Amino acid sequence: MRLMLVALLIFGASGLATLCCSASARWATLVGAGGAILGSILGLISVVPVLLGAAPLFLHLPWEVPYGSFAVALDALSAFFLLPIFILSGVAALYGSEYLQIYWERKSLGSSWFFFNLLVASMTLVVIARNGVLFLVAWEMMALASFFLVTFEDEHEQVREAGWVYLVATHLGTAFLLVLFVLLGHEHGSLDFDQFTASTGADAVFLLAVIGFGAKAGFMPLHVWLPEAHPAAPTHVSALMSGVMIKTGIYGLVRILTFLGPPPLWWGWVLCGIGLSSGVLGVLYALAQHDLKRLLAYHSVENIGIIALGLGVGLIGLSSGSSTLAVLGFAGGLLHVLNHALFKGLLFLGAGAVMHGAGTREIDHLGGLLKRMPWTGLSFLIGAVAISGLPPLNGFVSELLIYVSAFQGATTLENTAAVPALAVIAGLALIGGLAAACFAKAFGIVFLGEPRSDHAAHAHEVGLAMRLSLVALATGCGVIGLGAPWVVEAMAPALTNATGLPADSVNTLLMSVRSTFSAIVLASLVLLVFLALLASLRHRLLVRRSVEEYVTWDCGYARPTSRMQYTASSFAQPLTSLFRFLLRTRFHHVMMPGLFPRAASLTTETEDLSRVRLYQPLFISIGRGLSSLRWVQHGQVHLYVLYIALTLLVLLVWKLG
Amino acid sequence: MLIARLLPPLLALVFAPLLLGIISRTKAVVAGRVGQPLLQPYYDIWKLLQKGAVYSSTTTWVFRAGPMVGLSTILVVLALLPFGGIPALLAFPGDLVLFAYLLGLMRFFTVLAALDTGSSFEGMGASREVTFSALAEPALFLGLAALARQTGTFSLSPMFENITTESWIQAGPAFVLLAAAFLVVFLTENARIPVDDPTTHLELTMIHEVMVLDHSGLDFAFILYSSALKLWLLGTLVVSILVPVHQSAVWLNIAAALAGMVGLAVFTGLIESAMARLRLLHVPQLLIGASVLATLALVLVLR
Repeated sequence: MRLMLVALLIFGASGLATLCCSASARWATLVGAGGAILGSILGLISVVPVLLGAAPLFLHLPWEVPYGSFAVALDALSAFFLLPIFILSGVAALYGSEYLQIYWERKSLGSSWFFFNLLVASMTLVVIARNGVLFLVAWEMMALASFFLVTFEDEHEQVREAGWVYLVATHLGTAFLLVLFVLLGHEHGSLDFDQFTASTGADAVFLLAVIGFGAKAGFMPLHVWLPEAHPAAPTHVSALMSGVMIKTGIYGLVRILTFLGPPPLWWGWVLCGIGLSSGVLGVLYALAQHDLKRLLAYHSVENIGIIALGLGVGLIGLSSGSSTLAVLGFAGGLLHVLNHALFKGLLFLGAGAVMHGAGTREIDHLGGLLKRMPWTGLSFLIGAVAISGLPPLNGFVSELLIYVSAFQGATTLENTAAVPALAVIAGLALIGGLAAACFAKAFGIVFLGEPRSDHAAHAHEVGLAMRLSLVALATGCGVIGLGAPWVVEAMAPALTNATGLPADSVNTLLMSVRSTFSAIVLASLVLLVFLALLASLRHRLLVRRSVEEYVTWDCGYARPTSRMQYTASSFAQPLTSLFRFLLRTRFHHVMMPGLFPRAASLTTETEDLSRVRLYQPLFISIGRGLSSLRWVQHGQVHLYVLYIALTLLVLLVWKLG
Repeated sequence: MLIARLLPPLLALVFAPLLLGIISRTKAVVAGRVGQPLLQPYYDIWKLLQKGAVYSSTTTWVFRAGPMVGLSTILVVLALLPFGGIPALLAFPGDLVLFAYLLGLMRFFTVLAALDTGSSFEGMGASREVTFSALAEPALFLGLAALARQTGTFSLSPMFENITTESWIQAGPAFVLLAAAFLVVFLTENARIPVDDPTTHLELTMIHEVMVLDHSGLDFAFILYSSALKLWLLGTLVVSILVPVHQSAVWLNIAAALAGMVGLAVFTGLIESAMARLRLLHVPQLLIGASVLATLALVLVLR
């Protein structure tokens, strides 16, 4: 625990120190990034023993705030969420130290690094807090720090608007959490987490948690802030937010579930439903995007959906008494949290490298970058394979866990519990197919073929720090993929915490799926061996034969140009038009006039339906309704003072009477 | 026992290209032609293996890696599929997911290799391939889930061992629906009519064939052989449902399964002779139809 607090102090101290030396960009970067990396390493050292089953650590200090106490604890579940937080924070800090260099002349970096460190510290505090007030304070710090990070480039109107959407969304979520903790505190007379036990109002608490934490995690349709905020933020921040910050929502949900005792079946139905809608709609919206970072942001919605599917199957297992289902479902959901942090962090950092090297993130303007940016390209490819859930990388491991638990449910459970499990199987299959399509597009159009613009043609590889961060995360994806049996077993303590099942049975259950994971590792290794053998065979055979280079076969057309290639929009067109009833993509044509047409153009735009159709009308009508109260607000200070005095008077009368 | 378990992959390795030969011979016979020799696919692969290669200057290592990843992936998948009552080399709970996702990995790299050429035709093929396979995936998984529910296991080998004459009497209608659903998946994934026409003369109307336009020589031999193996593997799914297993007679099971594969190839040839390729816009309807069939089978199994 002491080491963890030291790590927290380092984040705080280096954050404050960057404010002091913000005059020099070099020093601010050194202190800010260095502090974040050092703190993350110390944090990792303190987290790993607990994760592997050492006794949980507690610290309880009194605090002046009413109902508050500085109660923090590090158990295996917290440790499991801290692992990706520290890994990704360290890597993102390293990456950011180079990425922000282009702003050295223009912007003061002190505040940026201050809020970065504050964000890491507050995420850590959220995960270890064991008191409602402390939790909410940390939650709010996290929201504000990330808000200021998102609005780093506040000279652009788009960025300001994105920040505004994010601020509103996160506070609406927090409002639900406030009610949640008031309910829990009212029931148990204290806001310390160790006082919370199974209680009567569990259904209401569950729904509040789903909405409140879901707004942070990005459950559809509470996801509207993600596709705005992630592209607006500087890349290392979007990686951190998408990779780990939204997972604090998942952490909160899982933590609250541990207070509520055995769940009824319909909770599982709710989470499976949310998972399916978030997963399918998230990936469909992603397919329709042509801004690389926006595409990735929608994929976060999809992956949060997959996590929800895992948790949903786990809840079905808990409610129907099948501990196999419960353990494997939660294992899949939680492991996907870690996996998503790795590959989504990697992909965002890759997208940032593309922006850095080619100067745009518009997919249709890129192309052919693999030749110009080999390191970034290879890392992005690894991330793309991992996020599509394909073997032999880590995404497959967590999806397989969810599949196995859903198949377990589908073969053994009663019909009412088997139906959601079957829906999960079909949904995951569809999501997997669409995700592969989307990342074939993202990687294929950006990195392969011929450059579609001058920007892309003159792209250059990024520097050492950024490459190092990419390689580190790509290695992580491979390690979890090939170390699957050990990783799954190491999750036992965290799963014991999350499911509330006895540690022995969790261990036995995880041992029972060991054969599955050893087999997939064996298959992956054999695959790699075959690949190596084929490569050497091909090399041997081709050495003595003629190998020529020529232009791509163009069906005899004499003057091919790079603009004739398939684009991101045309690649996704069959799928987007098939699902147009969900996407409502808008087409803007400029028709070709006359017999010898010159210029024509076509742009497509896919707006977020829940934003356009749900929130915009809602907020406009709320605004209109409240405008009748405008007369109260008129800028005359003495009348405002009168309001205050009157309010105090009314309160006094109420209290005395 | 281990030696017997080597039989399914070996049979696939040896006989897979023959299926292609049978399909084209069937089409020829129906059309009243003599047709190419049954062993023509073997000759093609052998001839291509002797050749050098031509690469587009646009391409990168991804293009060269595509066929190798495809072939090595499909070789691993061979170890996962039982045949004629003989369990697979590698059988474990959840192997059906690995089976489907390895095919997904193969497809992913085929698509990337196509995009690497920068050709609009190959982009077109790649785009169609990912669209149709994304829609075929739910049909495959729903069908496998129905089988899992019916047989009480979700490992491919025991699953297909549990499809016996007795279970046919019990759940025959569901099996028929599943076989139909898997047949659609089989035709889609292997680029056969009515989804794709491998023999058309126009690049614009092709899917799989247009994706591999730029591959030549050795690489193309790899691709031909892997698609033959893929045809065999997905065909096994259909045949394993339709040809139930007797517990005792090992050789009879294998002979029945082989006969089933030949029958499937002939049937595919007949479909290709009797039908034209569907309009591309109508293919999704066919695939969603397959999902509906699989769901119907699930309903029958759940009851």
